[in-house]
Amino acid sequence: MAGYAYLAPTNVDEALGALEEAASVGQRAQMLAGGTDVLVQIRSVDKGPRTFVDVKHVEEANALSMTDDELFIGAAIASAVLNENARLKSILPGLVESADLIGSTQIQGRATIGGNLCNSSPAGDTIPALIACGAVCVIASPNGNREVATEDFVTGVGTNVLEPTEFLVGFKIPRPKGKTSDAYLRFIPRTEMDIAVCGAGVALTLDDDGTCTKAKVAIGAVAVTALPVPEAAAALVGTKVDDDALHAAAAASTAAAKPIDDKRGTVEFRKQVVGVLTRRAAAIARDRALAR
Amino acid sequence: MSKVHVSTTINGDVVEFLCEPHQSLLEVLREDLGLTGTKEGCATGDCGACSVLVDGRLVCSCLMLGVEADSVELTTIEGIAGPDGLHVIQQKYLEHAALQCGICTPGFIVATKALLDKHSDPDETTIRYWLAGNLCRCTGYDKIVRAVQASAEALAYEA
Repeated sequence: MAGYAYLAPTNVDEALGALEEAASVGQRAQMLAGGTDVLVQIRSVDKGPRTFVDVKHVEEANALSMTDDELFIGAAIASAVLNENARLKSILPGLVESADLIGSTQIQGRATIGGNLCNSSPAGDTIPALIACGAVCVIASPNGNREVATEDFVTGVGTNVLEPTEFLVGFKIPRPKGKTSDAYLRFIPRTEMDIAVCGAGVALTLDDDGTCTKAKVAIGAVAVTALPVPEAAAALVGTKVDDDALHAAAAASTAAAKPIDDKRGTVEFRKQVVGVLTRRAAAIARDRALAR
Repeated sequence: MSKVHVSTTINGDVVEFLCEPHQSLLEVLREDLGLTGTKEGCATGDCGACSVLVDGRLVCSCLMLGVEADSVELTTIEGIAGPDGLHVIQQKYLEHAALQCGICTPGFIVATKALLDKHSDPDETTIRYWLAGNLCRCTGYDKIVRAVQASAEALAYEA
């Protein structure tokens, strides 16, 4: 059955059944979220028949919930919907702004953070932000759900840990406690509608004195996958996130970056700018945390 | 491979159609339903010429499958004008000469409608960011921004 087909399952079991059935007859199945990457790819770099399994009607993938300890953000929720959620925006401003940076108003209405991660581009803007805020990917598989840290999800350019019979349901994110906040910045040569030349996400926690007790830093578009930079986080922890600490974190990101030269930027430029973005994003996260 | 039956609402009318599972909504609108007001520019989501409203939300119809339109409310450029003539936004685009060749205009007008439905009095920065997904190679955008501002004023006066 080499042709195109479209299925719109309404829950995880139905979606898994659709993937399994396609696999059993040798038909390629592809999960479809906002489709803003997939529809371009099927007409250019990745033509060929497949069964689209639309995740947008899967109930669990549309869930947005919060307990005292954890948030769950469904993989099928459009960026615009996240951005219009004032409460979510105040709790995880960095993650929401990373999604809000992707594409135009038109793209925002369809694109999802789940799709951005599963597309697994080195330049995906939400990926460093997800890593920084400690997001864990909830993957539905035939043997039940399994969980993978975001930094372990993407395995290469356009590849990830999902098996053909699995799909991403959403993200579990520890609920920021006390003086905790996050920020994401990227560099593009214009103000809108472009792909990151490099990006940096930072999440940090301050104690009552303003001393950083916990930090996570991740950088994007400067390696095959988004990279956590524990050295940059270590440069912030134990400090007041002052200029010295910020510059040390920046130097750590510059050292960790392994970019390529391409039409969007040179190795030298990307290494320098990813440091600057780390410094600035950390300062924003610090100021947001202090304001809590 | 078989075609998929889709039941949807376009500009207030219930519409049923059959389409291939991988056909874009843009192709269905233009080639199967004869709604050619929606234009194809890039077909990659960069230019906004194919903008339509899906349940009130602005999207590129080239980045949506026709089958995804099942059970939604679609508004295309053909649904913007009322029975008595042009919509205020269309009138203001004409008055301000906010178009030249016209290929981007349907997309701009649909996007302007979505903008003003959400922000009744947008400042210039909001207008420019909101319309960043609509490309125009003729006007230089200034006349478009003025037409949007004039539309907002006229709609506020009407309200």
